[in-house]
Amino acid sequence: MARTLADKIWDAHVTATTPAGSDLVAIDRVFLHERTGASALKNMAAAGRPVVDPARVFAVMDHIVDTRPGRGDQTLMQGGQAFITETRAAAMAAGITLFDVTDPDQGITHVISPELGIVLPGCTLVAPDSHTCTQGALGALAWGIGSSEAEHAMATGVLRLPRPKTMLVRFDGALRPGVTAKDMALALIAAHGAGGGAGHVVEFAGSAVLALDIEARMTLCNMATEFAAMAAIIAPDEKTYAYLTGRRYAPAAFDAPYWACLHSDEGAQFDRTIVIDASAITPMITWGTSPEHAIPVDGVVPGGPARAHDYIGLAAGAAILGTPIDVAFIGSCTNARLSDLRRAAALAKGRHIAPSIQKALVVPGSSAVKRAAEAEGLDKIFEAAGFEWRMSGCSLCFFAGGESFPAGSRSISSTNRNFEGRQGPGIRTHIASPEVVVASAIAGAIADPRDLEPQA
Amino acid sequence: MTPFTTLSAVAAPLMFDNVDTDAIIPSREMKSTGRTGLAEGLFAGWRYVEGRVPNPDFVLNRPEYAGARIIAGGANFGCGSSREHAVWALAEYGVRCIIAPGFAPIFAANCIRNGLLPLVLPRDVVESIAGREVHIDLAAQTLTCGKQTYSFPIEAEARDMLLEGLDAIDLTLKSRPAIAAWTDADRVARPWIYL
Repeated sequence: MARTLADKIWDAHVTATTPAGSDLVAIDRVFLHERTGASALKNMAAAGRPVVDPARVFAVMDHIVDTRPGRGDQTLMQGGQAFITETRAAAMAAGITLFDVTDPDQGITHVISPELGIVLPGCTLVAPDSHTCTQGALGALAWGIGSSEAEHAMATGVLRLPRPKTMLVRFDGALRPGVTAKDMALALIAAHGAGGGAGHVVEFAGSAVLALDIEARMTLCNMATEFAAMAAIIAPDEKTYAYLTGRRYAPAAFDAPYWACLHSDEGAQFDRTIVIDASAITPMITWGTSPEHAIPVDGVVPGGPARAHDYIGLAAGAAILGTPIDVAFIGSCTNARLSDLRRAAALAKGRHIAPSIQKALVVPGSSAVKRAAEAEGLDKIFEAAGFEWRMSGCSLCFFAGGESFPAGSRSISSTNRNFEGRQGPGIRTHIASPEVVVASAIAGAIADPRDLEPQA
Repeated sequence: MTPFTTLSAVAAPLMFDNVDTDAIIPSREMKSTGRTGLAEGLFAGWRYVEGRVPNPDFVLNRPEYAGARIIAGGANFGCGSSREHAVWALAEYGVRCIIAPGFAPIFAANCIRNGLLPLVLPRDVVESIAGREVHIDLAAQTLTCGKQTYSFPIEAEARDMLLEGLDAIDLTLKSRPAIAAWTDADRVARPWIYL
């Protein structure tokens, strides 16, 4: 029978089925970070439960690690240092691989896992982090879980789960210039709601998805959790295998017949299908407090929940272009890979952020991205344009008690969540592509990057 | 884990869509690597005005809903961050059940692992019972409010885990032989997975 890619991977990982009909699904890779990793490992140790296969468990310091040059274990978040030191101690005790604060491979989980070839096509990977769905861009079944589930995966090698439903989201046609994977994700969520993917594994397909490079595919898959999907997946192709070849934890070659089977069969039945015309997508931006509150950057604010309008301070009917901003942030597991920084730098080059901007940051997604960007001189372009150039981490994507701004500040951010208070109490967040962030930082107000010529 | 069998309580209304886990427990309220001391930070951004002064407009600060054991919420409840602290904070506060038209999947799984029932009912039903006393019978998969009784769906395994207060890891470790046999075969089939 014709099967979807998600079903094939699921079937290949079922070790047993429970009397109630759930599957015990083998987990190939577990990734932890310091925000929740210490908690899970300490709880396991207290319960006397060892990690069954520490060689397949990884951890990294990304969430609350400082991003200012010369950093150590100290964090701007009060009490944050304990998360780092306790995760380090717990990782050592458990015998798992840790990418520590000063490790050259340190970076955001969903940036370094593909960089190091830890995630592989056809594998199952879980992490106590909702954006784990990012890694489905490599053809893996990768999803976010809670701490208890992370303990379960590490202690037993499996998770107990009912088989998820599947959804096909097909982007036909080609993207227009200046439109990115971020805009595809926001357009999908705006059209079908933040709960639109509820619990499904979403397979992204179609000509516009095939045309994306691997890093852009990660951006698209990253936002699947903002669609309430369990996971996102893109069938691996030549680009995927070329990307992974030679990476540290990847196999030396991808020539086994196994790899050729990793696609949905012709005629495979999905529980739902959504088709989107990619050529109709424009640069997007959020106006409100949910990723579903996304509109074209040259659009007008629609009527939405009153509390969203009140919080964000924008009335229905207002044009969003020209809304003054205070803060600009390029970073996060969504949009801080080398290709993102290159596109942003091409717009920032020879220009300068507006004097009204209080803070503009570029935070590379990994230490490797930082080095590669510096080798190309991107750091100098950003600094000349008035951006601060930081060390890798999650940074301003969320507020844990560290770096933030006065309540009421308006932020344009290449991140994934515009929730109330996400970047700090009272902060108004607009999420968009790095291009929109740069254009807006230069203008000092929300701006359309299509009005800026990239500089060679 | 405390079993969940039946529950009678008032369903405190929090009828917004997309109540996210940052709202349930802001990241700044996750102050240690432990799992306790989180109830004070529950809904901190909404529950308090400056300096931990209770916001009289927030539902849990109204006398009729203080100490609520059930919350009635909007669609896609628990979206956003996977932080289990959201569920730990709700549980520590005393909440045992959330009733909503739908849940974000990670949040729903976290609820079940901590003995909270994520109860799905159509939006119009949730709106009609919000603020009222309800009786929940998990074994029967029914919610009764006044003279109306509604059936609700739940995965069989999740229901059984809640009813019996089972620890999922202990349960799964009983299948260790099957998992080991699968792993032995997989080491041959996919050697590149084993590092």
